[in-house]
Amino acid sequence: MEPIIRVDHLTHTYGQGTPFCRSAVKDVCLDIYPGELLGMIGHTGSGKSTLIQHLNGLLKPTGGKILFHGRDIWAEPGRIRDIRFKVGLVFQYPEYQLFEETVGKDIAFGPRNMGLEGDALRERVEEAAGFVGLSPDLLDKSPFELSGGQKRRVAIAGVIAMMPEVLILDEPSAGLDPAGRDSLLNNIRSYHAATGSTVVLVSHSMDEVAENADRIAVLADAGVVLCGTPREVFSHGETLEAVGLTVPQVTKVAMELRRRGVAIDSAIYTVEDLRRALDALREGGAPC
Amino acid sequence: MLKDITLGQYFPGNSVAHRLDPRTKLLMVVAYIVALFSAVWVVSYGLMILVLAGCIAVSRVPVKSLVRGLKPVLIILVFTGVINLFWTPGESLWHWWVFNLTREGIQRAIFMVLRITMLIMGTFLMTYTTSPIRLTDGLESLLGPLKKLHLPIHELSMMMSIALRFIPTLIEETDKIMSAQKARGADFESGSVLQRARAMIPLLVPLFISAFRRADELAVAMECRCYHGGKGRTKLHVLRYQGIDYAALFLSLVVVAAVFALRRFGL
Repeated sequence: MEPIIRVDHLTHTYGQGTPFCRSAVKDVCLDIYPGELLGMIGHTGSGKSTLIQHLNGLLKPTGGKILFHGRDIWAEPGRIRDIRFKVGLVFQYPEYQLFEETVGKDIAFGPRNMGLEGDALRERVEEAAGFVGLSPDLLDKSPFELSGGQKRRVAIAGVIAMMPEVLILDEPSAGLDPAGRDSLLNNIRSYHAATGSTVVLVSHSMDEVAENADRIAVLADAGVVLCGTPREVFSHGETLEAVGLTVPQVTKVAMELRRRGVAIDSAIYTVEDLRRALDALREGGAPC
Repeated sequence: MLKDITLGQYFPGNSVAHRLDPRTKLLMVVAYIVALFSAVWVVSYGLMILVLAGCIAVSRVPVKSLVRGLKPVLIILVFTGVINLFWTPGESLWHWWVFNLTREGIQRAIFMVLRITMLIMGTFLMTYTTSPIRLTDGLESLLGPLKKLHLPIHELSMMMSIALRFIPTLIEETDKIMSAQKARGADFESGSVLQRARAMIPLLVPLFISAFRRADELAVAMECRCYHGGKGRTKLHVLRYQGIDYAALFLSLVVVAAVFALRRFGL
């Protein structure tokens, strides 16, 4: 399959030519395929944020290329804005970027910059609000009256309303309570299912990525160290630990069970998987 | 682009100039300015250039960064130079339209430009070698006597150090919000002046809100640590004059006296 975004030997060096120069991303190659939900994981300082800001042309590579549908996005620097509408990026803590008088107007900011007006604009806003679970009566409220979690949903809707081909979310659940986190991730999953668009979910929580992603890219020390299906990635437990990450909690449980002599598959990475495996064991009459 | 602001920049180091008491440096800058504005002719200007060169050598601040500090005032320098060149009455050398180049004008232009350049380099040398915290400490201590007149010196210096402390934070915040709005197609770089001013709204509103939020959080954090103003507050780093400070202050006095003496003789 043809990748929708190809990161081709991307390098980004901050402060080039000064004594403070530092490569945040070094020679990274990564393919993102249409329609997939890619999880991107890595701890603070691994270059995640720098990498994703290249995908929509907010940062210009100091080396290498970003190809969108096979075309270098910087081939025509004057048209970089079009890329930003096609690759929607939701920053970390996006609630701090709200500025309009009403929630509806704030969600409409992106699509209005694209030139949409009238009914088409209103439809987009309502649809986007629906995707993130905002009730229509909130659209006329001031964004500053809302709770933190609702503000975050407004900000995410503001990017979804541009109907990007690729939606990138940088730590969308950071600082939310567990219930808010689960419901937001559910919203993102159903958005992905309903629109069939590509979603990149950046996180530092293994559990979150394991539960949601089709494929996982692991970033460490300014590069991609592992990339593949969750099963492939979690089979490299030592590599993950070497870069300061761990396998999901449920995988740890499965590994411990195995160590104690239970015949269980060690490539388990969601709660659902573990339950199924344990059910199968019980039915098979194995010791439990 | 926003990272280029050099306002109050500090170059960490351990030179003699870095180790001087901030109060000494503030007083020296005052003496330096007084001397600079009393200089009248080549000899006294020459003395001041020597003094500045000596200070730069002692501080080990790269000259390049001092020169870079002049960039924002370049327009003022050029403007002062041109005005003085052509509109100083005196012996005319060259005349065209409203421009009247005079011998006195050339002299005055050179001295004025030199004076402003040295003024800026001298004060920058102080901010380059003194951390903002020490600088406000020094200011508070020097202005301390004014507390007797019920002037809120401690509060002012606290405000100043908080403001200095938050400049980099706010710049970072601005960068972040700008990127976020650009990701939604905001355009800060093109269009008419009016359009550009309007494009600033999505940047300024969140920036103000976050500044207020930060101020609020900071106030709460300070109250949690029982901050109640300057009364009875002691310092972690108590300022104390050392031998080197007395020597530096004495040298400054000598320079001021020398310039005053030279002025009497019109040098």
